Amino acid sequence: MLRYTVRRLGQLVIVAVVLSILLFGWLRALPGGPVSALLGERATEESRAQLVEQLGLNQPLHVQYWKFVQRAVTGDFGVSTGVQPGTPAMEVFLQRMPATLELSVLALLLAVVVGVPLGYFAGRRQGGWLDNLSITWSLIGVAVPVFFLAFLLKYVFAIELGALPASGRQEVSIDATHATGFYVLDGMLTGEWDAAWNAFLHLLLPAAALSTIPFAVIFRITRASVLDVLEEDFVRTARSKGLGARVIRGRHVLRNAMLPVVTTIGLQTGALLSGAVLTEQVFNITGIGQALSLGFQRQDYAVLQVVILATAMVYVLVNLVVDLTYAAIDPRLRER
Amino acid sequence: MALLQVRDLSVRFVRKQEPTVSAVDGVSFDVQAGRTVGLVGESGCGKSVTSLAIMGLLPGRGTEVSGSVRLDGDELLRLPRRELDRRRGRDMSMVFQDPLTSLNPVVPIGVQISEVMERHRGMSRRVARGEAAKLLERVGIPDPGRRLKEYSHQLSGGMRQRALIAMALACEPRVLVADEPTTALDVTIQAQILNLLRELVAETGTALIMITHDLGVVAGTCDEVNVLYAGRIVESAERHELFAGPRHPYTAGLMASVPRLDTPRGNRLAPISGSVEDNIPWEDGCAFSPRCSRALPRCSERTPEIEPIEAGRWLRCHNPIEEHARNTERPHD
Amino acid sequence: MVPGTQRGKRIDELAESGSDGSAGISLAASAWRRLRRSPTFLLGAGIIAAFVLLALVSPLLAQHDPALRLLEDQVSRADNSIPEPQGDFPLGGDQYGRPLLSRLLLGSQQTLLVALTATVLGLGGGLTLGILAGAFGGWVDTVVMRVVDVLLSVPSLLLAVSIGALFQQQSRFTVIIAVATVQIPIFGRLLRGTMLAQRASDHVLAARALGVKQRSVVFRHMLPNALGPVVVQATLMLAVAIIDAAALSFLGLGAADTSTPEWGQMLGSAQNFFDTHPHLAFWPAGCIIVVALGFTLVGESLRDALDPKKRR
Repeated sequence: MLRYTVRRLGQLVIVAVVLSILLFGWLRALPGGPVSALLGERATEESRAQLVEQLGLNQPLHVQYWKFVQRAVTGDFGVSTGVQPGTPAMEVFLQRMPATLELSVLALLLAVVVGVPLGYFAGRRQGGWLDNLSITWSLIGVAVPVFFLAFLLKYVFAIELGALPASGRQEVSIDATHATGFYVLDGMLTGEWDAAWNAFLHLLLPAAALSTIPFAVIFRITRASVLDVLEEDFVRTARSKGLGARVIRGRHVLRNAMLPVVTTIGLQTGALLSGAVLTEQVFNITGIGQALSLGFQRQDYAVLQVVILATAMVYVLVNLVVDLTYAAIDPRLRER
Repeated sequence: MALLQVRDLSVRFVRKQEPTVSAVDGVSFDVQAGRTVGLVGESGCGKSVTSLAIMGLLPGRGTEVSGSVRLDGDELLRLPRRELDRRRGRDMSMVFQDPLTSLNPVVPIGVQISEVMERHRGMSRRVARGEAAKLLERVGIPDPGRRLKEYSHQLSGGMRQRALIAMALACEPRVLVADEPTTALDVTIQAQILNLLRELVAETGTALIMITHDLGVVAGTCDEVNVLYAGRIVESAERHELFAGPRHPYTAGLMASVPRLDTPRGNRLAPISGSVEDNIPWEDGCAFSPRCSRALPRCSERTPEIEPIEAGRWLRCHNPIEEHARNTERPHD
Repeated sequence: MVPGTQRGKRIDELAESGSDGSAGISLAASAWRRLRRSPTFLLGAGIIAAFVLLALVSPLLAQHDPALRLLEDQVSRADNSIPEPQGDFPLGGDQYGRPLLSRLLLGSQQTLLVALTATVLGLGGGLTLGILAGAFGGWVDTVVMRVVDVLLSVPSLLLAVSIGALFQQQSRFTVIIAVATVQIPIFGRLLRGTMLAQRASDHVLAARALGVKQRSVVFRHMLPNALGPVVVQATLMLAVAIIDAAALSFLGLGAADTSTPEWGQMLGSAQNFFDTHPHLAFWPAGCIIVVALGFTLVGESLRDALDPKKRR
């Protein structure tokens, strides 16, 4: 298991390297080249010259790349020009990350908590009403654009019914302490329960919208996987041993059926981050997604490069955790 | 009374939009304690379905099981699921054909063995663990302490089957069903596993139902043999009687198609011509008649009934091989 | 393998599932037999047929020029009003006073165009990568797949946005390129997986053993049999392309000139009016959902039909 972990970590480095090369190339390919891209159109000659020096643009390509890597490792990605002008891009990212993380985690939680049991029961009663209903739902879930669903939820529950807040992360009138930037967690840590509850309510609609696609996928994989496992010989063996229904379900069916599901959950973090960009826009949440769309509209490439690099690394890290979880469940993987 | 009584057991597969298939049709036999009874036939003859029906392991949907299976006089077929689960693994258990797929890949061997004892013998996890180690030792797995923690993919094919046997014997069942227990194994391992089964049955007095297509296995293990064809028993006899003189042409054909060391060189094997697909339905006559070298016109017109021909010997044939001809019946001899 | 390759591995499994050596004509025939009886497939195919037909005949159906602001006089910034449905304009007008129904009808053309070109480009790019990697293996394979894996580990919308950012001028073409780029690594990985599965299969080994040339082995024996999963994926990707294009429009990527209508763009630009005039979003969204559902249904039923596990 240790060897497996170490090797996995080593591969993470390879991804980081390839990613940094792609990102380096991307910056150079931007319209106007990296200097205009990072400083914006209205930069002075002086600051341009300074940046050329700093990036080593007058030096050979491999030196430029090396400088890029050095700065990236120290978290220096330049200064934001459009999203929060004047603030270092890394800081913009760090400020906004908790909002996105909070939203994504809740959405994933919703998708797993609803999708896995539903998929399990649908698989056990193949062709039943629950099965058919869930399949229909999951097919439609994939066909609906996330941001439209977000609008729809907002329209029905926030505007028409007024049951839940329509935008933002917390009521402005609430004077809450924000130590970690995770508003729900902040409220719980400081004992400001009403603040935490308020932040949670603000999260519900966006999380529900964001969870549709991961839900649809997780549901379908769970269902298919349960169907496959129920056909396996070892389930018959378990039944021949007269084991109780609970042991058969838990130890023999679910444990094996969860293997592909775990992988799928990891893969869904990508879709989740994409969806978060759109959902944040709809609900006016000041997260990474909003920074991305603003950064694109205002051509703030300093922020864009941090966001791209960071989200890709998050995705890879999450999948590393997923792989390790998989290996923890499946002994066959540990030795390879 | 016999320990296990199977009477008129029939299994039909009923599928929507497809014709109903009769897999097992009126099979009856007895198994006495401490005896080994073989169910023999080609693949598709219904022997595996019979064993699954006895164990109550057929899928509920799409199958119709009728007849009677009595263990110690208790009817198993109409037992509620809960009650059946209380007896499966304790009074009766099963060893399957493919040990690799029959073991759970993500649960340690030890847990898979001890869970039977925790369930049926009320043991604590710790005690069951100790028992499991003893069981592994008994089925001939060295270093059982280490093996308990291992997973099925870490064991060899033979060891997997030993582990599966240990699992089946954990509660010293009164009936053990072995469904082609050696088919998936290397030839050298096959003999070891058969010896092991024979020893264990002799030690514990467990009744063994041996499902196989391999007459070599039958000759090595069984006391009584039932030959199945197309879901019905066509001949049933004590092992010695059967091998000394098969009366049904199908049994004779099975024997003739097995290579033996004691036949003179140059003799060809005599496979049974045709395949199961040539069968006619039992309702129209003898299902085997299209492939039978001894078939008479009436064989495809009237269904032969199974009849006792001497003590402990039953036959379903219109034109059986005569007793005195038993030794000359091997074709090309 | 690289940690970010779980997504790739999933694609590989897909590749293997649909491409056992026995593929070919008998597979297509048996798949078709099952498809004809599948209500899912028939519904999806019906939707797609209707969509394509609409795109073809929409110039005849649309009564007005979608670019003309015919109802501009009824648009008012002050009280945020938009032309109501009226006589010749059953659905009223959009935020610029352009005829909504005509835009919706003609929007099918551009939507189909975006979905098709993006998927064809994505497939073409993926095909090239996949053939390179899958057919030759070795270091070509390693390099190509490393890059593909890394691209797969960037969330698709981010990848699309970063590709879009490379263009000075935004246009529908930018959207198509961005959507296609997201698809390239997916198709590449899929193709390579199927090709690898093929390379080890008996009929390819047999062809090799008979001394068939490398190029004909690849194009005559491997590619045709690897196509099943690719067709499935391409069908699903048509749906994804339409939805992705809408998402990019929503984020402000895409044509500045909105005179030729496209559903995704109509939906994206309706965002500012959602609270007051949700019907501006409902109509294009409804069209997108139905069409995306159509492609998804066909893709899923194709996948089921080609799955050897389910073949009887």
